[in-house]
Amino acid sequence: MAWVWFHRFGSPPHFYRLAKRLTPWFGWSALLLCVAGLIGGLVLAPPDFRQGDGFRIIYVHAPDAWLSEMVYVTMAVSAAVGLIWRMNVGHAVAAGCATIGASFTVVALATGMLWGRPMWGTYWEWDPRLTSELLLLFLYLGYMGLRSGFDDVGRADRASAVLAIVGVVNVPIIHYSVVWWNSLHQAASVMKLGRPNMPASMLVPLLMMLAGFMCYFFTLLLIRARGEILLRERTAHWIAAVLGTAPEDPPEYGGPSPEHPASRGPLPPSSLAHRV
Amino acid sequence: MRPENGETSVGDIQTRQSLAGAAMAVMQRDLRLALRRSGDTLQPLGFFVVVTTLFPLALDPQLSLLRDIAPAALWVGALLSSLLALDLLFREDAQDGTLEQLALCGVPFAGLLVAKTAVHWLMTGLPLVLVAPLAATALGAPIAAVPGIIAALLLGTVALSLIGAVGAGLTMGMKRNGSLLALLVLPLVAPVLIFGARATALAIAGESVAAPLYLLGAMAVLAATLTPWAVAAAVRIGLE
Repeated sequence: MAWVWFHRFGSPPHFYRLAKRLTPWFGWSALLLCVAGLIGGLVLAPPDFRQGDGFRIIYVHAPDAWLSEMVYVTMAVSAAVGLIWRMNVGHAVAAGCATIGASFTVVALATGMLWGRPMWGTYWEWDPRLTSELLLLFLYLGYMGLRSGFDDVGRADRASAVLAIVGVVNVPIIHYSVVWWNSLHQAASVMKLGRPNMPASMLVPLLMMLAGFMCYFFTLLLIRARGEILLRERTAHWIAAVLGTAPEDPPEYGGPSPEHPASRGPLPPSSLAHRV
Repeated sequence: MRPENGETSVGDIQTRQSLAGAAMAVMQRDLRLALRRSGDTLQPLGFFVVVTTLFPLALDPQLSLLRDIAPAALWVGALLSSLLALDLLFREDAQDGTLEQLALCGVPFAGLLVAKTAVHWLMTGLPLVLVAPLAATALGAPIAAVPGIIAALLLGTVALSLIGAVGAGLTMGMKRNGSLLALLVLPLVAPVLIFGARATALAIAGESVAAPLYLLGAMAVLAATLTPWAVAAAVRIGLE
């Protein structure tokens, strides 16, 4: 009985209602936390003694980088839940995570490049963090490519779940390989804004931005997961109550039967598998 | 007589289903087929040699300069030719239904797939390891570096074959995958490339290759331990 709450999440209507109720909470929290963090970081925090005001991009760059890794783990965990417990909700959440995570990674890379220009003098450096972010972006792109290559949604779900699980095991290995490789080849031009060294006036806005980004991610994820569930469950009857429309007819595999008019043919092949 | 312990009786014939026996049978079949179509195994090897030839053409052909890029050229060539060869791993057997029979025969599927991957490595990875010293010498590596290069490539190609088998299984069910296999596999084998190139560079410089070789060995063992599950799951999804 202790696991009932877990299996209840696997029910699409329950998850849909829960997601719909939670989205405004996460949304407003994200807005408040990000605004407070930006005010604290951009206005109130003192300039860094070495980098001046240029360090402030960390308030956008660091949360993006942390989130890109967290989203990958979320994607892998929900894909594993979908694979092991055969919950479509798990696969729907994983499908929703992919584009969000890839976007966070791209923004992390872009803000890293913008930070690199004043700090290193060049837009790109094979810094361990940028390099692992780039490899993480390739992992996301591979995941999205694999998902879009299958026509059947179920096969796309399961194949990309296997890929996500293999990837998540690999992410720490890749990260530490790159750090080791970089420490061999790179002259010490790594940014030294580690968290233990930061004073509270810099650290607190950073933590608020991180929390704000996490709430933002959950907002986006819940919205996208609801969309995925609507697409996957579009022939279910609970959808009609939610959307206030008549339920779609399930696809007719054998062609139209004599009772149905010939004009009501089977559903067109869903473009689900091509949505990422 | 009633069957017991995994034996089945078909009429009067009793057969024992054991993983070792089935794996041996699969390996023998795959070896025989691969040796019949030796072109399939020679083409990736030719690709490797061509790719390592392209580097001197693209650069200044002084051996002292080529020696610096030799690890990179060798490993990038090995990676790319392994990717080419991986496409063949499951495709034919999936198309003619053999993989489905292997999945249904009651023996652990992961074991049979590891047997297939082992034969694939024997026919594509091992020749690469044997040809690599020639390519390395052509790129300016000293003869003393050859044992280190061989050791690094041995461990690296084993890890590549196993991790690549996961990618091959995942893309097996897709009609047109283009370079999706490369996009899937290359980020996952990036650590192998990092440590393998490091080992080769140390070998060429005449220093001890123990540290990266240990790490390469660890990666090969990790791949051998974890990838069988992933390959079996991926191929089952592809067979649906």
